[in-house]
Amino acid sequence: MIKYKAMKQKFNVITSKCVPLPLENVDTDQIIPARFLKATDKEGFGDNLFRDWRYDKNGNLNKDFVLNDPTYGGCILVAGKNFGSGSSREHAAWAIAGYGFRVVISSFFADIHKNNELNNFVLPVVVSEDFLSELFESIKCNPKMEVEVDLPNQTVTNKATGNSEQFEINRYKKHCLMNGLDDIDYLLQSRDMIEGWEKKNK
Amino acid sequence: MNTLFDKIWDKHVVQIVENGPTQLYIDRLYCHEVTSPQAFDGMRSRGLKCFRPDQIFCMPDHNTPTHDQDKPIADPVSRKQVDTLENNAKEFGLSYYGMLSKDNGIIHVVGPEKGLSLPGMTIVCGDSHTSTHGAVGAVSFGIGTSEVEMVMASQCILQQKPKSMRININGKLGKGVTAKDVALYLMAELTTSGATGYFVEYSGDVVRDMSMEGRLTLCNLSIEMGARGGFVAPDDKTFAYLKGREYSPKGVNWDKTLEYWKTLKSGDDAVFDKELNFEADDIEPRITFGTNPGMGIGITECVPTLDTIDESGQASFNKSLKYMGFKPGEKLQGHKIDYVFLGACTNGRIEDFRAFASLVKGKKKADNIIAWLVPGSWTVDKQIREEGLDNVLEAAGFAIRQPGCSACLAMNDDKIPAGKYSVSTSNRNFEGRQGPGARTILASPLVAAAAAITGVITDPRDLM
Repeated sequence: MIKYKAMKQKFNVITSKCVPLPLENVDTDQIIPARFLKATDKEGFGDNLFRDWRYDKNGNLNKDFVLNDPTYGGCILVAGKNFGSGSSREHAAWAIAGYGFRVVISSFFADIHKNNELNNFVLPVVVSEDFLSELFESIKCNPKMEVEVDLPNQTVTNKATGNSEQFEINRYKKHCLMNGLDDIDYLLQSRDMIEGWEKKNK
Repeated sequence: MNTLFDKIWDKHVVQIVENGPTQLYIDRLYCHEVTSPQAFDGMRSRGLKCFRPDQIFCMPDHNTPTHDQDKPIADPVSRKQVDTLENNAKEFGLSYYGMLSKDNGIIHVVGPEKGLSLPGMTIVCGDSHTSTHGAVGAVSFGIGTSEVEMVMASQCILQQKPKSMRININGKLGKGVTAKDVALYLMAELTTSGATGYFVEYSGDVVRDMSMEGRLTLCNLSIEMGARGGFVAPDDKTFAYLKGREYSPKGVNWDKTLEYWKTLKSGDDAVFDKELNFEADDIEPRITFGTNPGMGIGITECVPTLDTIDESGQASFNKSLKYMGFKPGEKLQGHKIDYVFLGACTNGRIEDFRAFASLVKGKKKADNIIAWLVPGSWTVDKQIREEGLDNVLEAAGFAIRQPGCSACLAMNDDKIPAGKYSVSTSNRNFEGRQGPGARTILASPLVAAAAAITGVITDPRDLM
């Protein structure tokens, strides 16, 4: 597991194997169940990522679940559409980052969770449904295949087929990810502007 | 263009970051104990004080037990989290309504009750059901803990402006059909991602006819369609609801503010990025059958069959049904259930208790049912007793518990055991939401009351 502070690292090009999760509508209650939200810091969430899918009710490893299958590995999670739906819990992003994922690839992300990932230096990459299903196929055929995610050029490449796609990312967020910056420093610099707005509007 | 959402959003723009998000001023920040500790820690590590402490209101609700609130919380981890909020609020000089305070309750019930949520405001909280406050005509939405820290530090947030959607619901709702059923219907029609990227304005006869509490229920569930938030333009009902509340403007200030509130509507020429129309006649009492809020049916309908599901969604559909123990094509009316939960920020208000009481009056709770009736706040509890609803409910074999989020997400000890079915007036039926292995069926207070009496899934109209 990775200590939280180490996660705020600069993002450039990542080439890695992938962990496939071909399920749609994976909600944040599955990513991190509510009983783990009682923490008062950001540590240890990686241990509880997909807890109730990784472990059965007796606390034994569920051999069928992909995270417990040594065939798969890497720092890229590939998920079915509408990943991260439901609760706004940022703990879900802490769990994904804490486990060691740096990228999540899907054809659709729920809004709040997508923002939470970006704020925690996990890159959500939105691809077309065709690219996604081809990627799941490639991983199935060869679990050791790799994907390259190039943030500066905003491309994602399936190295098994050679197919590549451009992905969207807000320029400001891209800048933050590439330089290890967060939003608060930016906001603190704008205090005068905020007071100006208040004078005009309140 | 020229939608009410545009008017409120644009008014609150401090600046637009070049090639980036908007810096939006936030009028109100609500904090509960689950999504704030790390934000306060962040503030402390930066050596910052809250920029506008008067605009921040804190209260615990997720961990609070619904019995024996005068004793220390049994679970030490829960107790620590609640204590942490109290200590943080004190350290940072923020308003705090603790567990035994008469002002305590679920944050999305307390905010509107106290007039802390007002028309034209921008409101955020580290909780996706923050959309609830949209019912008073505010732009209100859920955020993550890092964003809570941003608002504490600067009273601003960086957000991409969502697209706008108007949902018109026309006609008149039939007997036994409530705001909750309207929301469940919309979630099934749109799915849990159908409104992602949009801010929704609810409009039409059905919405105008809804009480304020009905609108609170409707807006509460906006997130379950993936919407950023959802609201209703304020009208005379809104103004009557807000007049005289503790934090509502008073005297000359009220008159002046009212003039401004009356301008808060979408122009006749407003153009939305998407506009959808629905008819009240198509909406009957609803239940969910699956493991996301969009997997729902009318109470007289059957669970869908596999051939009606897209190939890419079939794996999830089958997994859902297996978890719930239902079969494709199965009729759910008459299915035995074990628990009933009335409460949550969705349906924990006085009208919900009135509806439940009206249906169980003179009848008896079924022996096989364990029922948890949890008021959304101490104010709601007080009103329940003033109206004598406690006598009606107790005579029928129900007990009223103490306020909190309770079994909605089971962070306290109100957990549905594995494999048991609950008919719940809350907002999410995800796997394990109400406890590991719990099987949640979302419904309105009337459907919940009917199930509590008969012990099985029942159309409330048969008992009305």
